[in-house]
Amino acid sequence: MTAYIIGIIGSLIVLGLIVELLRRRQLTEKYAVLWLVIGVIILALTCLGQTGLTVLSRAVGFTVPSNLLFFLAILFLLGVTLHLSWELSRVEDETRKLAEDLAILRLEVEDLREQKQRERQPE
Amino acid sequence: MSSNSSTSGSAGDDSFRGRVLIVVPAWNEEAAVGGTVREILSALPSADVLVVSDGSTDDTARAAKLAGARVLELPYNLGVGGAMRAGFRYAVRYGYDAAVQVDADGQHDPSEVPALLAGLGTADVVIGARFAGNGSNYQVRGPRKWAMTVLAKALSKVARTKLTDTTSGFKATGRRALPLFAEYYPVEYLGDTIESLVIAVRAGCVIRQVPANMRPRRAGTPSHSPIKAAVYLFRAGFALLLALIRKWDVSVKPRAEADVVEGSVAL
Repeated sequence: MTAYIIGIIGSLIVLGLIVELLRRRQLTEKYAVLWLVIGVIILALTCLGQTGLTVLSRAVGFTVPSNLLFFLAILFLLGVTLHLSWELSRVEDETRKLAEDLAILRLEVEDLREQKQRERQPE
Repeated sequence: MSSNSSTSGSAGDDSFRGRVLIVVPAWNEEAAVGGTVREILSALPSADVLVVSDGSTDDTARAAKLAGARVLELPYNLGVGGAMRAGFRYAVRYGYDAAVQVDADGQHDPSEVPALLAGLGTADVVIGARFAGNGSNYQVRGPRKWAMTVLAKALSKVARTKLTDTTSGFKATGRRALPLFAEYYPVEYLGDTIESLVIAVRAGCVIRQVPANMRPRRAGTPSHSPIKAAVYLFRAGFALLLALIRKWDVSVKPRAEADVVEGSVAL
């Protein structure tokens, strides 16, 4: 029974953390939906309790209930890391392009500044 | 600044008409870049030289400026691919008709640039190849050589033309391929040589090679350790694989006037 209560409290803390991050605008919308869904799923799984979880895992073919949880957790974490790598690649390419264009603009500003100085001097 | 980029300088060559930009990617090359720039300017008086200082922490940018080049300073190191893409973006922005990569370390002989440019008459990308014809003074051995042979064979097939030196950085890019490279030039390791050719072919560009001499570097020494060579072999193979399986929805416009910023500033 204590384990059950600890589980539920833990899930509520996770869910609360996610909501709080959302509220403080620390998570963008696309991640927000993902994490809210995850938070609710965790809470639902804990609420199922020992018997519910056992029934559920037997139904999908797991003999030990915890294996179902581990399987889901690993699958989910794999998905998240892959997604982050993908996002990071995109962001990297974007910053590269910004750096390239920044260098070009810097040169242009320098040119304009020199040109202006030259225009001023003859007077 | 250096030569005023006249609208149709002949770039010291009888068969290429148009404005030529020589792009020199340089990362901490203060010792060599000045001499290279001066040599390019004297060999090709009508071309503009753009040195791309790739996050250099030394005096590369100042040395290049003093030698008479225009200088792009990247805020941090992006690798040769990133430096070249910045050069291509610059070329497109200012409406150049061709961009030629010449390495800062002095390996590429500027007097061979007109030969590359002449090749642009019938191709969109021209490679200065080290092993064809008079370029045969360049020697490599072991895994590095195997890698280069495999790459050459594979890319020759992709490009439907005989290529013998696909990892050469000495390349001329024509008007049609410039916007493509400005957007998609690969920035990964070896991407600037291997994958760029694949992208160009997929987009419908014609690739050719002309023989070119390689000279010893002005500064710095090439590495020849066997472990490095093996790593190179692996990475080159992976780069090739990646280039071949990647999907590229790219195409180049038929030869037409590209949109350019008119009245380029202070040139």
